[in-house]
Amino acid sequence: MRFVDEYRDADTARALSARMADLCEPGRAYAFMEVCGGHTHTIYKHGLEDHLPPEVSLVHGPGCPVCVIPMGRVDDAMHIARQDGVIMTSFGDMMRVPGSHGSFFDANAEGTDIRMVYSPLDSLKIARANPDRRVVFMAIGFETTTPSTALTVLRAAAEGLENFSIFCNHITIVPALRAILDSPDVRLDGFVGPGHVSTVIGCRPYEFIPRDYGKPLVVSGFEPLDILQSIYQLLRQLRDGRCEVENQYTRVVAAEGNPVALAAIDEVLEPRPDFEWRGLGRIPWSAMQVRERFAAFDAERIFAPPGARVADPKACQCGEVLTGVIKPWECRVFGTGCTPETPIGACMVSPEGACAAYYNFGRLRHRGSTSTQRGDDVGSVDPRKADPRKADTRQADPRKAVIRA
Amino acid sequence: MTAAGRGASGVLDRVEAARRRRPKLRDTHITSAHGAGGKATATLVDAVFLEALRNPLLEPLEDAAVFDAGTERLALTTDSFVVTPLFFPGGNIGDLAVNGTVNDLAVAGARPLHLASAVILEEGMDIADLRRIVASMAEAATRAGVSIVTGDTKVVQRGRADGCYITTTGVGLVDPGLRLGASLARPGDVVVVTGPIGDHGITVLLARGELDLSADLRSDTAPLSALTARLLAAVNTPGGDGTRDGGGAPGSGGAPGGGGVRAMRDATRGGVATILNEVAKASGVGVVVDEAAVPVRTEVRGACELLGLDPLYVACEGRMVVIVAPEAVDTALAALRADPLGAQSTVIGRIVDDPPGTVLLNTAFGGTRIVDLLVGDPLPRIC
Repeated sequence: MRFVDEYRDADTARALSARMADLCEPGRAYAFMEVCGGHTHTIYKHGLEDHLPPEVSLVHGPGCPVCVIPMGRVDDAMHIARQDGVIMTSFGDMMRVPGSHGSFFDANAEGTDIRMVYSPLDSLKIARANPDRRVVFMAIGFETTTPSTALTVLRAAAEGLENFSIFCNHITIVPALRAILDSPDVRLDGFVGPGHVSTVIGCRPYEFIPRDYGKPLVVSGFEPLDILQSIYQLLRQLRDGRCEVENQYTRVVAAEGNPVALAAIDEVLEPRPDFEWRGLGRIPWSAMQVRERFAAFDAERIFAPPGARVADPKACQCGEVLTGVIKPWECRVFGTGCTPETPIGACMVSPEGACAAYYNFGRLRHRGSTSTQRGDDVGSVDPRKADPRKADTRQADPRKAVIRA
Repeated sequence: MTAAGRGASGVLDRVEAARRRRPKLRDTHITSAHGAGGKATATLVDAVFLEALRNPLLEPLEDAAVFDAGTERLALTTDSFVVTPLFFPGGNIGDLAVNGTVNDLAVAGARPLHLASAVILEEGMDIADLRRIVASMAEAATRAGVSIVTGDTKVVQRGRADGCYITTTGVGLVDPGLRLGASLARPGDVVVVTGPIGDHGITVLLARGELDLSADLRSDTAPLSALTARLLAAVNTPGGDGTRDGGGAPGSGGAPGGGGVRAMRDATRGGVATILNEVAKASGVGVVVDEAAVPVRTEVRGACELLGLDPLYVACEGRMVVIVAPEAVDTALAALRADPLGAQSTVIGRIVDDPPGTVLLNTAFGGTRIVDLLVGDPLPRIC
């Protein structure tokens, strides 16, 4: 399939893998954080770590929007959903995120009407079709999804829709990155930077990372070869003694971002003085709220939810996973108390969450002696792929790699 | 393994031990996840239905129960259909309901004989629509060589049903010597699918019209009974090239009584991934799938890419997963490909001994990952 298969070519990956191995300093370990949940998902879905040199490890960052929504905000959303005549709309992977009394799915089983939508604009369709109901969109996400929420509010305002509002939980990536960099436990060599967020905000907001913290960052696309190439670029910077923001995702990301989207956000929303992140705690100026001018579309003003503050369950180590301090499987409840069926923490809920991605796709990497690297006896089905052991792939012809800088 | 991963080798054992414990039903209410065919469905069935109704025929939780009645061996199955929308490209709830039950009999190795049908109608439903649905049931029954011989009709108040729900029940005849089952897979066996996967699920999803997406796709709903009969005749009966049922070929590593075809399952709710997990668990084997070999239409792949779904979990209504003994593969593929419904049959993987109970995917990108059961419906991702 065009525009997909060329970014997933195994031969190119093997060639790139060989070139990465050449860039690694013997005996040095490299830890890179992939910021986005979308990256985490790609890494596990495609088995990308099988192509990494053994010196390189990936740390999963905080960029899974449903993973960082604190329980209190889920409880507040349910409070709104329980009000008379409310239809709440939500993105799909928010539906299973646990609040202190179950998820949206559980709330629906007890009588709320919370519906899955693919786009916030779908909420307007529902609002038009149900003039006697009050439709509230559970707005979540980083700068990637914020413009579409803002545009939805602008459209609702233009149409004069009176039965639509948003429960705004939009967050911003830069304060979260700063919080991670300031955390004393974090040891990172660089960042695989957010791709979709950068389509909106551009590359410049990250310049403080190399400047103030001495870490390189490469804005990366979401196909497996994008991520491999970004890691290659990070290794190349380290070898060359450079430290800067690079853009691997040039086919989509412009250095200055998307001014139209930024203007839409700025028209409708403003920075929120304080917001709680699951696992990271309260981070000042890390989220957005509805401007006074659009108060009629602000569910927080209309329904005045209690502003519940709920401590994360004691056993939950999502915070340490989200900051990369521990790997998912190092959490004491991983895979036993906390599973995708009965998640304790949100990292186990979303397919972008590090724990769920690891549980669903990656568990097998830690079987010790019975490792299932390709080429072992669990082996591949296709005889053409019978023996692609890592050691051999290193010798692949590096000229075959197509590097788009 | 990455450097940080070393020392974590106990994780899988700890997790697997937790997974082996019988899942506990913690929910107090039914949620949509209980209907999605994944882990939540399995837990509900186990904790509520199997717990109360337990008997040896029910226990294997196969598509159909197979039992002796006098000198005959019968297969009995039932299935409810609640599809939205009622009409979609390639079919409607009527032919879907007939084909679904015919297929549950067919993959149990049975020749479908008769069907019963119970219909729940919502007050206000258009009778012209109902006529179209029932006409499709008649056509599908004729195509599958069965008759609908008894039935029931109920009407509920407006708002208490989604137009029309249909339950079909079927009975079929099974060759008394035939043994098939998800527990009969053995290392070395080969995994075959009978055509491109995910057509039905994506067609229905797009037909709901909520996504502003369109594609030239049709549901694959079709009766598989002729295909399974042809396959079993070639592979599992005397005169076929495959192993004869009743002993298993020496050296085939087969189960006692295992024929060339070990198991057949129609890949409906939960898709191919769910079937393979059931086989892995029931047989205590591993399954390795080669992603590049899995047939998926470009339109289905494209829709899945856009929506963040995995075709391996998307429902089919006219495709089977067949587990075949290695020495019978060529005969089985030839038999399947001789039928238009199996023309694109292909090998997608094989059964291995380790890791037991687990499905692995060798990705087209050159990596390896697990293909687990889903908890509930696959949820679209945010970004």
